[in-house]
Amino acid sequence: MNSHKNSRSNESSSSDDTHCPNKSKTPLIRIKNLYKIFGKDEKKILEQVKAGKSKDEILAETGHTVGLSNINLDVYPGEIFVIMGLSGSGKSTLIRHFNRLIEPTAGEIEVAGSDVMQLSSKDLQDFRRNKMSMVFQRFGLMPHRTVLENIGYGLQVQGVKKAEIKQKATQWLETVGLDGYANQYPGQLSGGQQQRVGLARALCTDADILLMDEAFSALDPLIRSEMQDQLIELQEKLHKTIVFITHDLDEALRLGDRIAILRDGVLVQQGTPVDILLNPVDDYVEAFVKDVNRARALTVETVMQPQICRISAETIGEAVLQMRKSKEDFGYVVNKDGYQGVITQDTLDNVETSDYSNVLDASLLEDVPAVQSDALIETVIPEMLDNILPLPVLNEDGEVEGNLCRSTLADVLSDQPSSEEDKKSTYA
Amino acid sequence: MSDSSWLSEIPQLDRHQLLDIRKTLDGAYRSFSREYGDNIEAFFDPLLTFLIWFEKLLLGSPWWLVVAVLAVFAYAASRSWKLTVGVAVAFFLIGFFGMWDNTMRTMSIILVSTLLAILIGIPIGIAMSRSDRVQSTVTPVLDIMQTMPAFVYLIPVVMLLGIGKIPGVIAVIIYAVPPVIRLTNLGIRLVDKEVLEAATAYGASPTQRLFGVQLPLAMPNIMAGINQTIMMALAMVVIASMIGVKGLGQPVLKSITNQYFTLGLMNGLAIVALAIIFDRISQSYAKRTLQNLGGH
Repeated sequence: MNSHKNSRSNESSSSDDTHCPNKSKTPLIRIKNLYKIFGKDEKKILEQVKAGKSKDEILAETGHTVGLSNINLDVYPGEIFVIMGLSGSGKSTLIRHFNRLIEPTAGEIEVAGSDVMQLSSKDLQDFRRNKMSMVFQRFGLMPHRTVLENIGYGLQVQGVKKAEIKQKATQWLETVGLDGYANQYPGQLSGGQQQRVGLARALCTDADILLMDEAFSALDPLIRSEMQDQLIELQEKLHKTIVFITHDLDEALRLGDRIAILRDGVLVQQGTPVDILLNPVDDYVEAFVKDVNRARALTVETVMQPQICRISAETIGEAVLQMRKSKEDFGYVVNKDGYQGVITQDTLDNVETSDYSNVLDASLLEDVPAVQSDALIETVIPEMLDNILPLPVLNEDGEVEGNLCRSTLADVLSDQPSSEEDKKSTYA
Repeated sequence: MSDSSWLSEIPQLDRHQLLDIRKTLDGAYRSFSREYGDNIEAFFDPLLTFLIWFEKLLLGSPWWLVVAVLAVFAYAASRSWKLTVGVAVAFFLIGFFGMWDNTMRTMSIILVSTLLAILIGIPIGIAMSRSDRVQSTVTPVLDIMQTMPAFVYLIPVVMLLGIGKIPGVIAVIIYAVPPVIRLTNLGIRLVDKEVLEAATAYGASPTQRLFGVQLPLAMPNIMAGINQTIMMALAMVVIASMIGVKGLGQPVLKSITNQYFTLGLMNGLAIVALAIIFDRISQSYAKRTLQNLGGH
């Protein structure tokens, strides 16, 4: 699972635009100026909201609740877009606008180029059948239908033939690892198993877009991370567009290609996980981010120094020349077999000028272990502690991409106490 | 009435005015029933034919066949031998004590009334569950139906249709239909919102939602309503006998007027036996078919 997560984050940070990894593509879902006000007289209150009155003022004066206020977001094909916020921030309300389970007070919703707000109730039904499927926090399974019938529900609603439903549903049942449970009823399954059924039901309709409303929040932590793994694994094969709602930042960081943070019905920040983690826009986001164990959430490449001195010389003389061009007093020696080791200025200074024509061989190099760019920071800390020199960072092809030194690491991690320490200090 | 007495006495219409009101209303209703009585009777004719046919069927069949059929029903519904044997023994005893014919008559009218009550009640319950306005109009009507003494609404029914089976069935239905309406409404309203939302999210049409989700999930409540309806229909048997419905109610009525304690008790017990049998069969059927809804 690591490899997947990290290969995706590779993509996102290799493009300079941290805001959206798929800038070239057109968005699959586009939400524009969306407002939702709960109460009797939504339209009238809308003017006041637009005029800039706060949520609390409106509630106190008119008894109307502002659910969502001026939401603008784009979701691109093939990404996992996470919407995060505390309870009451409007995230579940927002996701229900995507398929119009909730009608907005004002705003535009566009999916795959068509305006969802203009659909007639018949078209809306077709839209829900074919374009989107949904996974619910409390599973939303039908207790009177067997597991297999539940998985095939979307197809049954579409009027697909029974034999075909059975065949497809069985296939998805096996994919989510519930073989043998086909004829059980949801009530006989554990929470995790039930949500697998929910997931299989969503996948069974072959819809491109998957809406997941706090899908894993009701599960216990172990099962939750198991389900996250499974989702990541499936997404690798299926490349769905997933809108995922959660209140758990760790989950958001783990799954999300991009994250939007919602507070009191307002989108406060949108960006890649690294963006959110390293550049929180305000106190609210910062408070969220504070408790995250960064060593576990960030990969090496997000914090490494890309400017390094690569020594590709064959002889010592060439190495000296290359070293002079760089400001650093050490260099990473690479040849066609990849990274070889570190050579320092000191070592080169000690070599006699007469030996400059000699081949640069292993005896001169310091043996510094390399780390993979997609490794989590947590996993490289031991190597970091064993070596004084900055560690070279290798990309997937084995090329040296940058380096990671102790001070960088200290900077990134010391911004906040790690969560374990936090707990200890509160209990002490 | 003098002007100052309203403090000590409640202001009251005088006797003539009251009489006028009664006369006008009674007269209007009477002329209405003269005008349309025949048409309304004609409207209920198919029902009457069916009632008579069903009663004759029950009375005409040999007793052992009826007992056997009832036992098979009991077993099919409950899959319990104990209940099946209980049903057979109960019916045998009813026959043994000479109440067979009356029991068959009562059973036929109860079954038909219950069936009609379900056919009328479930759609009304569904309509109530879909609209708060319908709910707020129907609820007081149901309250009236349940609290108004049965004798009171027997009067217009008898005025309109005379005495006999049809007014009996109508009276039984009026008395027995509220529980199935109320519990259908309640059952549908109590269906888990998220399950319903899931159905909507997958593009289920309103009809698919009703028959695929709402009704099946409301079934435990609807079955409880049907059960109550059966029980109330049985309770109505004695009152219905006052307007000429034959069956177990008539001997009870006779025993009240003549103080025949044993006759009353035996027929009363036969009604109780019917009630218990219907109750157990419908309950165990509901329990058996709906066991997955409990989420155990």
